[in-house]
Amino acid sequence: MRTHYSAWNLLAAARRDHSDWAPAWREVSEPKRRYDVVIIGGGGHGLATAYYLAKNHGVRNVAILEAGWIGGGNTGRNTTIVRSNYLYPESARLYDFSVKLYERLSRELNYNIMFSQRGIVTLAHSRHDLDAQSRWANAMLCNGIDAELLDARQVRALEPRLNFGPDARHPILGGFIQRRAGPARHDAVAWGYARGASALGVDIIQNCEVTGFVKKGDSIAGVKVRHRGIESEIGCDKAALAVAGHSSVLAGLAGFELPITSYALQAMVSEPVKPVLNAVTLSPAVGAYWSQSDKGEVVMGGALDHFPSYGQRGSFAITQQVVASTMEMFPSLGRLRLLRQWAGIVDVVQDSSPIIGASPLPGLYLNCGWGTGGFKAIPVGGWTLAHVLATGKNHDLAEPFQLDRFLTGRLIDEAGAAGIAH
Amino acid sequence: MMRLTCPWCGERPESEFNCGGTTAIQRPQLDCSDQEWGRYLFFRRNPKGEHAERWRHTYGCGMWFNLLRDTVTHEVHEVYGITEARPQKAETAEVVMP
Repeated sequence: MRTHYSAWNLLAAARRDHSDWAPAWREVSEPKRRYDVVIIGGGGHGLATAYYLAKNHGVRNVAILEAGWIGGGNTGRNTTIVRSNYLYPESARLYDFSVKLYERLSRELNYNIMFSQRGIVTLAHSRHDLDAQSRWANAMLCNGIDAELLDARQVRALEPRLNFGPDARHPILGGFIQRRAGPARHDAVAWGYARGASALGVDIIQNCEVTGFVKKGDSIAGVKVRHRGIESEIGCDKAALAVAGHSSVLAGLAGFELPITSYALQAMVSEPVKPVLNAVTLSPAVGAYWSQSDKGEVVMGGALDHFPSYGQRGSFAITQQVVASTMEMFPSLGRLRLLRQWAGIVDVVQDSSPIIGASPLPGLYLNCGWGTGGFKAIPVGGWTLAHVLATGKNHDLAEPFQLDRFLTGRLIDEAGAAGIAH
Repeated sequence: MMRLTCPWCGERPESEFNCGGTTAIQRPQLDCSDQEWGRYLFFRRNPKGEHAERWRHTYGCGMWFNLLRDTVTHEVHEVYGITEARPQKAETAEVVMP
């Protein structure tokens, strides 16, 4: 069976009609009774954690327990933008490390994740926007991240379909761009990590819901699961939660609360058309952003629903707002029809920064609180969580992002710089 | 779009309201520990199922009131006054968390 993707193997496999390719990853139907590490959640973060545990730390007796199917939660429900245009040094270091891992990821995993660094433009609609953006771009440059201020002419050259008309409700005075940002292919990120982890011996178990925790003394000793309808227990030394959206539910089962509220974040796509958008564009004035997928769909995203939700649908009030914003900012897209609309449930914390590290239950570790921007952080979320699971010490990058910051007051308030006002 | 019942104005679309989050959170004494204060400010149960929350009819009469709402189905089980206690009803038992 062929496992390595290359031009040579593609040609050679053609002789047998491509019938000898091995499945990308190995599905395990019967979990073992015990693992060194159990990772709850088979999304990008969980899969990346398993991959780096095996790859960087040699910890291979690892299981990923996924209640549904891998990559079917927020990993499959976002707008796939990767960027590191954050304001504060702690966040800049974290997210830029992630962008750098993304830049090498296709080669690292031998799986094309289609990371297209076409740039993200944040528009400026007022003098104040221009001032705020020069500060923002300068902060990025000070943190060693690429950022470039653009005048209106440059924005227009880059994205000519934007509304530069004389009666534009939100006149465009300029903006700034991070050129290394751009979309990647979300399924490929999940499957690439799954394939890499599986090849290193990690067990991927789907349709396996965690229903409780087994404790020995004060520490974790295992998890209770319902796998394909059958209840059982799986023992473990350590476990990790990578279940964005449902972090509070799992934390409740483990007996503690988190500083998280779950909200629905929605996105939508138009019918596919020929290339019309060049970059990713974000307008803070209307709170929406746009890009075009490789299939040709115009991808639109906007604000969170404004009430707590676990319903993966999204409120029509926001759908309407995003569509109206699209009509205003890109008048020539006004006659496109909406093809699909969906929502994911995101973990919102007060300071819009993640939590990567120990939980109140010894042996159980957290990867949560990514808010609306978890996809871009998949590689670094996995890298740093694997580090603390394997070594018992926080990774340097994750040190500022501990749960106890909500008790000490040392918040990293990225709300202003997270790209969009959520 | 959800339709919510304002106690004063009656049934109105969701876009006229603002959600103020979990209702009836007790503020601890001001000389409490940092831990206790942090928990009061940030930590929430965030239930999947019935949630007691406060809303304001911002683009209407401006009144604050409480709701018991299911966070999965968005069904409203009860509307009650901002100073009233959470109604206890057998048939609105909490959805069992998975």
